[in-house]
Amino acid sequence: MKRVKEWFLTFPSFGWLFFFFFIPACIVYAFAFKRADVTGTTLPGWSLDSIKTLFEKQSLILAWRTIWLCGITTLVSVCIAIPMSLHMALSPPSRQQKLLLAIMIPLWSSFIVRIFAWKIVLHPEGFIKGILLYFGLIEKSTPLLYNDLAILIVMVYSYFPFAILPLYSAASKFDFHLFEAAMDLGATWRRTFFTVYLPVMFPAILTASLMVLIPAAGAYVIPEVVGGSGSEMLGNTIARRVLLDRNLPEASALSLLLSLLIFIPAILISRCRSSQIEGYR
Amino acid sequence: MRLFSRWVFYAGFIFLYLPVVVLIVSSFNASRFGGAWEGFSFSWYQRLFQEPTIWHALVNSFVVAIYSSLLATLLGLTAALALHKYSSRLQKLHLGLLITPLIMPDILMGICLLFLFISIALKLSLFTVFLAHTTFCISYVTMIIKTRLETIEPTVLEAARDLGASSFTLFWKIVLPILSPAILAGWLLAFTLSFDDFVITFFVVGPGATTLPVYIYSMMKFGAPPMINALSSLILLFTAIITLIYYHITEGERAS
Repeated sequence: MKRVKEWFLTFPSFGWLFFFFFIPACIVYAFAFKRADVTGTTLPGWSLDSIKTLFEKQSLILAWRTIWLCGITTLVSVCIAIPMSLHMALSPPSRQQKLLLAIMIPLWSSFIVRIFAWKIVLHPEGFIKGILLYFGLIEKSTPLLYNDLAILIVMVYSYFPFAILPLYSAASKFDFHLFEAAMDLGATWRRTFFTVYLPVMFPAILTASLMVLIPAAGAYVIPEVVGGSGSEMLGNTIARRVLLDRNLPEASALSLLLSLLIFIPAILISRCRSSQIEGYR
Repeated sequence: MRLFSRWVFYAGFIFLYLPVVVLIVSSFNASRFGGAWEGFSFSWYQRLFQEPTIWHALVNSFVVAIYSSLLATLLGLTAALALHKYSSRLQKLHLGLLITPLIMPDILMGICLLFLFISIALKLSLFTVFLAHTTFCISYVTMIIKTRLETIEPTVLEAARDLGASSFTLFWKIVLPILSPAILAGWLLAFTLSFDDFVITFFVVGPGATTLPVYIYSMMKFGAPPMINALSSLILLFTAIITLIYYHITEGERAS
């Protein structure tokens, strides 16, 4: 009877996700072991040809581009989010909720609209360009849009609020008397920050990095909208293989690569976090 | 350090709101091409209301968001109850199946679903969008409801049982009322996630079934008509209102 009840509660979501998530993922990964002819038509039988294309120079460059773009995005986002979350945690409790809400509102608003807004901000006739020109920081011909820097700015913009949430929840539990203790013992602000605060925040920093890394690795819209012709990331190439080339095996092989790029750090970080937590006990 | 973190906070804050402000300001710009300011004008808002395709896309988005968020909330509720109540090996698998979509990038989710719909020869339409949105919303709703379930004191349930409540009454009279703010919050989150989704929709949407984000995307890919500024500003206003409602729900929950 208990088992029947358990199945009754489990089956709806389990069945739905099994059919609409697990099976499709298996289909995609299975296609990576198929082969396509020159026109992109999938041929019957199994083959490692599509997997082999992952080791060609073109794919390796693409993977490397994706990795360094996400790496820098993650690094910058976490560096912004650590002081921001610290400021929030140091504010009076009634203010903390308001600050959190202020960070959350743009996060809830339409992603596509915010990306679009950046196109206006970085517009060649826009005011940012005007300001930079006025101070003589750039030439008139320097493009702000359609390059890697634009991708990085917009990726950091889109994903750094995700890093604030775990960091803030850890910072708000931090005992700030430790700061006073360290300062009383003669430590400078800098030393207190690096040797007292950061080590305690380390697990939260790992989670925050993951929160940025995952969406950044799968970025598709941002490089498509503000990136140039040479700034494709893995997501864009996968989409092009599916939508334009209709080469499903190659798209699947690249999807497999993208999944590995995400799941490996995700598993490593969650392992590292759980061993850390056990270490504290 | 306090001073430094405050400065970074306000700099980050300006960074976060800069594009939003620029967008709203330029929606009132009379200039056709964006960029330079050419005077204040409401004309883009007027033009917006004369464009039937936008309203068609808006209705599509609403229909999909309502149906998929309702179904996802129902599935998320049963999932959270199952995860909370039982701790068998089946639930471990169940939890894994619920967590993985959260770390799956949108683009892979979209492609997986596209492959599925192709293999079962299901024609792409608004219905496939509904199936896709339900799929990715379930996990979020489950996590919200599950967190709330964990805060229920087991003693409350024991007391009710001692006083002779059946498990049916227990669920309807105690568990459900305690969960209701979380259910509402989960539903709202699912609604906005669905309403806002572009990437997954882009892959599984059929011809003639454009949703609002897909419409905006295609408009901005081919030039950037200032009408989109006006539309985007209205969407921002709408989501800001939803966020405030969400905040009040969760705030009330925290206070109780």
